[in-house]
Amino acid sequence: MGKKTSTQAPSVALSHLDQLWFQVGGTLCNITCHHCFISCSPTNRNFGFLSLEQVRQRLEESVSHGVKEYYFTGGEPFLNREMVAILEETLNYGPATVLTNGTILKEPWLKSLRKAEQKSLYSLEFRVSIDGFSPETNDPIRGKNTFRKAIQGVTKLVKHGFLPIITAARTWPIQDEEEILQAFISTLKEHGYTRPRLKILPTLQIGAEAKRTNGYLQDERVTEEMMQDFDTSQLLCEHSRIITDRGVQVCPILIEEEGSQLGQTLNESKKHFSIRHGACFTCYQYGAICSNPSGQAHRE
Amino acid sequence: MSSESKMSKAVYRFACLGGIYSNYLALESALKEIENRGVDAIYCQGDLGAFGPHPDRVFPLLQKYQVQCMQGNYDHSVGWSLDDCQCGYTDPRDNHFAKISFDYTLQKTSETNRIWMRSLPTEFRFTINKKRFLLCHGSPRKVNEFLWESTTSSAFLEFLLEDYEADVIVATHTGIHWERRLSNEKCFLNVGVLGRPENDGQACVWYTLLEVDSSGSLKIEFVPVEYDHDRLAREMAEEGLPEEFIETILTGWWTTCLEVLPGKERRRGKY
Repeated sequence: MGKKTSTQAPSVALSHLDQLWFQVGGTLCNITCHHCFISCSPTNRNFGFLSLEQVRQRLEESVSHGVKEYYFTGGEPFLNREMVAILEETLNYGPATVLTNGTILKEPWLKSLRKAEQKSLYSLEFRVSIDGFSPETNDPIRGKNTFRKAIQGVTKLVKHGFLPIITAARTWPIQDEEEILQAFISTLKEHGYTRPRLKILPTLQIGAEAKRTNGYLQDERVTEEMMQDFDTSQLLCEHSRIITDRGVQVCPILIEEEGSQLGQTLNESKKHFSIRHGACFTCYQYGAICSNPSGQAHRE
Repeated sequence: MSSESKMSKAVYRFACLGGIYSNYLALESALKEIENRGVDAIYCQGDLGAFGPHPDRVFPLLQKYQVQCMQGNYDHSVGWSLDDCQCGYTDPRDNHFAKISFDYTLQKTSETNRIWMRSLPTEFRFTINKKRFLLCHGSPRKVNEFLWESTTSSAFLEFLLEDYEADVIVATHTGIHWERRLSNEKCFLNVGVLGRPENDGQACVWYTLLEVDSSGSLKIEFVPVEYDHDRLAREMAEEGLPEEFIETILTGWWTTCLEVLPGKERRRGKY
């Protein structure tokens, strides 16, 4: 949970609320991944679902802040029975992206969502987490049969006209990356996804992953010196906030960390954030790891 | 850096050109047509080089037709001989092709033209019949920000217009044209690019004509440009540019820079 704070931690201002995230699935998940950064599981009710009504109120609140894009995460968002209606409503306001493990997607939901997206000006993106290109590489991390079920989810999404972004945490040595990505692409094509989109993420050594890898070292922190000449738009907290059932928090990675809650309203949450956590170091190293490639802020 | 002026005229017409990407043949076709139609000004919103052959052939045309140019991310990178184009790609394959394109363009752009590109403004601001225009490359706040139609909310565009004190924001950078009318007769538009087709299976490229009448009412016309794309493809092959780029010029389908496309825009393409 909370880490010891450092007096040297730099402070980051919110330049503009580009992205509004929703912890719509709380911390409840139908699977228990070894590398989950917030220890989600079938029994973790530390954070609860957000209702359609709660999301609707936040969408309305977000308009005057000029939010550009909306993201939905959990837990597994599709355990929330109002998830389809929530996405349909969101598409009236702006683009929506949902981060799912893909294992419980139902065809009628996808049919409704495809219709909603076609009626909307905006894209509905599915980010499906798969951490290996075979059951042998994926299932030890994400759980038994999760590869087969996630691939079935991808196939359903493709059948309904979506082009899901397959998101994998880099649990392999960097020198194997090219070979592994090629294997990923081949596997997806074999399962009927002819033009796969991939997003590779670094692992975040907090939550369940901290227990697996012992977490961040004490010197793996962002310092004031490191911020000199650094483009702060690379940091999610510079342009984003997340709604949870507790209020407004800084980012989807840190919801369980001390000091991440910034207020009850979006206005209250527009304060500086001290990037003192180990995960902030990963965000600094890799840059805006949570955003879609189409909306990512880029170094100039 | 910006240039600002106020103009008043019964009907004021101007043309906006997006990224040229060294496609001097499309540029020449577009400029001839614009001349025939008659306009008060022609603006180019940056990214003069990239993708196509013989980058230096663009500059004499811009001078001949008195095109007012701004600096895009590519012009900044080529002008200052940086390491990459700053286009904003994140995918390794997209970056691989971006590097080939950038290295070629940098090597083939004369020092005189590179020095000139360094001096270009990064935006244009002017007022016509009380309508405040802001022309930029990616977005008013960031030269390489992608503003795609399907991932840019109206609320965000309203914020930009308010924050940057404009009635109309005109951008390029993404390579696909679109417009959105907003509250209080404000508007955002992306003018498309002359450099390559729009990932729609057609070989034509696009520029935009804008017309403001005395009441400040705005007409927008996205104009397709036919040009000798077979010749451009031949010249690209002679220069050793990638087959993938040539395929795009000939077929109208994007083969690279695909991973930055949002779902809706990606689905309209072939790859």
